[in-house]
Amino acid sequence: MKNEWPLWEIFIRGQHGMSHRHVGSLHAPDAEMAIKNARDVYTRRNEGVSIWVVEANNITASSPSDKGPLYEPSESKVYRHPTFFDIPEEVGAM
Amino acid sequence: MTRDEAFLQFLLRMGDNTLILGHRVSEWCGHAPVLEEDIALANTALDLIGQTQMWLGLAGEVQGEGKSADDLAFLRDAWDFRNVLLVEVPNGDFGRTLMRQFLFDAWHSIMLGRLMKSSDDRVAAIAEKASKEVAYHLERSSDTVVGLGDGTEESHRRMQEALDYLWPYVGEMFASDEVDAEMAAAGIAPDPASLREEYDALVQRVLTEATLTIPDSRFAHKGGRDGRMHTEHLGHLLTQMQWLQRAYPGATW
Repeated sequence: MKNEWPLWEIFIRGQHGMSHRHVGSLHAPDAEMAIKNARDVYTRRNEGVSIWVVEANNITASSPSDKGPLYEPSESKVYRHPTFFDIPEEVGAM
Repeated sequence: MTRDEAFLQFLLRMGDNTLILGHRVSEWCGHAPVLEEDIALANTALDLIGQTQMWLGLAGEVQGEGKSADDLAFLRDAWDFRNVLLVEVPNGDFGRTLMRQFLFDAWHSIMLGRLMKSSDDRVAAIAEKASKEVAYHLERSSDTVVGLGDGTEESHRRMQEALDYLWPYVGEMFASDEVDAEMAAAGIAPDPASLREEYDALVQRVLTEATLTIPDSRFAHKGGRDGRMHTEHLGHLLTQMQWLQRAYPGATW
């Protein structure tokens, strides 16, 4: 329907943690209203300290049908995990 | 009129404004044009009801008859309410609801700003807490008024009609009587008339951006804040709001 407001993807940064996380989507006429709507829909229970909104059609997503070529090759490459090294004691927690 | 009698009237005016508007706005719950607006309106209604608990709670204390905020909200009849007529008029369409919200929010934000400097610490504390909520209400309602006023031909027409309908109810928010004189003398609350200039500047700025025209007339419907004559709409609203406590006295859940 052409009368519908565009869809926005909402990212919220919580009280703890440095990154914004995708929490869902909503409709709004423009970016400013999308932030207000996100405030009302997704931060009612004190969830956030910062909001990002991105119009959904500005997101380019990988295709599910490309799953094989995109991700399977890395399954057999365990040497890419940094688990084959002994970490010296004095380094401490990493 | 003693100072406490005037103080009680003042608190009822504040609490009844937020109670009746909160109820009106809550009528949209489940009916708003889109889900996002539905939740936003419900949030606003809940903020207003929360503020009512504080104002009417203090009113009960000052009255000294052992009445709670709930008693005052649910067990008074129409003539005991002290809200301005603006907040009791029916919602109309979404545009009129948001225009009413804007006209009230603008007054409310200026009023709370003054009350934060009240000589009564309890009043100042309530104003301090409410002012953050109301700052957001005003931001949201003014944005919507601009969006719809300066929107399509139909939304512009509806918003102008809403403004024409509601404008005669604006003047009552700035009326002054002996209650206000007593409150101003005590430094508890400002004389409402002293808020008008700031209000007019704010409203003019937003409505100009919304491409809407403020009606020329300064005629004002009155009778709400002194309880002399409410509109017929208040009684209908109370039958909805109060029926449960009336039919099942003392019911809780």
